[in-house]
Amino acid sequence: MIELRGITKAWPGGAGVQALDLSVPEGECCALIGPSGCGKTTTLRLVNRLVEPDAGSIRITGQDALAQDPVQLRRGIGYVIQEGGLFPHRRVGANVAVVPALLGWDAARTRARVEEVLALVGLDPAQYRDRWPHQLSGGERQRVGVARALAADPPVLLLDEPFGAVDPLRRAQLQQEVLALLKRLRKTVLLVTHDVQEAVLLGDSLALMRAGRLVQHAAPAEMLARPADGFVADFLGADRALTRLGLFRISDVPREAASVPGEALPEATTLRDALSAMLERGVTALPVAEGGSLTLEAVLASR
Amino acid sequence: MRWTWRNLDSIGAALGEHVLLVGAALLLAAAVALPLGVLAARRPVLRAAAMGGSAVLYSVPTLALFALLVPLLGLGFRAALLALASYAMPVLLRAVVTGLEGVAPAVRDAADGMGLTPRQKLWQVELPLALPSMLAGLRVAVATLVSAATVAAYIGGGGLGVLILTGLDQGHTEKILVGATLVCALALAADTALRRMQRA
Repeated sequence: MIELRGITKAWPGGAGVQALDLSVPEGECCALIGPSGCGKTTTLRLVNRLVEPDAGSIRITGQDALAQDPVQLRRGIGYVIQEGGLFPHRRVGANVAVVPALLGWDAARTRARVEEVLALVGLDPAQYRDRWPHQLSGGERQRVGVARALAADPPVLLLDEPFGAVDPLRRAQLQQEVLALLKRLRKTVLLVTHDVQEAVLLGDSLALMRAGRLVQHAAPAEMLARPADGFVADFLGADRALTRLGLFRISDVPREAASVPGEALPEATTLRDALSAMLERGVTALPVAEGGSLTLEAVLASR
Repeated sequence: MRWTWRNLDSIGAALGEHVLLVGAALLLAAAVALPLGVLAARRPVLRAAAMGGSAVLYSVPTLALFALLVPLLGLGFRAALLALASYAMPVLLRAVVTGLEGVAPAVRDAADGMGLTPRQKLWQVELPLALPSMLAGLRVAVATLVSAATVAAYIGGGGLGVLILTGLDQGHTEKILVGATLVCALALAADTALRRMQRA
């Protein structure tokens, strides 16, 4: 659980954070979005006190973060940044072992944990442990960055544009994998991104900021369906209704019992992709692989 | 070559003095440059002052610096040592500062964010990453000092310069050649050793 209350931080150049209230329930992921300079990265860095607030309170898993030693606090919070921020002079294994080493774990425990987290992020420990960061692709570096953040098993993770440096083709797969991983490990996550699609995919809630203030904090489907104002609507994009359909699957809506001809879609298909298939085929109903059919009316009713 | 064979011990002593002078000057220079560089890399005002001051120091000709120090410290090893150290210090300082500044901001940020203390960040991350730049600076400093130490003979600093200087005085070509050859050999050997270290 991350709880920010009345957090204020003024920068000399403006664009700080003003009287921000934000809470992320345990095991959920909150995606901070907004135009550049809106204060989203400052907000993230306030949580692990890389930035110190002028006023307000921060509680992490019930503890007053401002009363703790910042160095100790940070060792208990996973931190992932763009490109991973790996130490170039250390091999992958040593990079992952940074926080365990700071916490004084013994060699055997550290080694076992390094192998475990590398496997968690989809990297074969035997193959990757002894490589140097410069020998990895952008996506692999990012995976190592995530493994490093998970190494000491912190309950809270901060992700700052974690997929920004990964090429678009690999990004979607990495996002899906990280999403599944975070859900499985039940981490409480604060994610900063400028990509609405990424925020919608990964966030249990979206927090949209503008000029240091929180404009709207809601579940993705809610925010996409009912943006608080014109700014939110603009930021989410003209295709926000389509983005929202991407949140639902065929299995989430009622189906017709009767089958229709054509190639069947599995019920795990998103309504966005199903609608796209209808447009492509010029039909108003699609057969579903698990039985029955999906109609355009059902898609429209999901609003 | 008769002179050489008869004077191997004094040639060896001169070589030893030369190495000692260079080594001690390097240690002294590093003892100033390393902490000053670490401080200056974080403080823009101090950085400007230190880099500016050391550029002036470096541009003073070796012989002039020796001459300036004689009234203060007299003739001998100490004056030569101080002059050489103040000659090498700017080179090392620049190498430390540029090395530390070359550490990627994301790497520093990650170090802070994971909970390294400032001291741990310096020793475990920043200095190791600045090492290539520092070794490159050390190579320049060593090459400069090995040749500059030759001039130290003028103020009684000893070393291989004495062979060259007295050789010139006495018109003793062999003595000059032995001194000059050993200076060159020393410079090349030190540079080769440091280049190997840089690669490793």
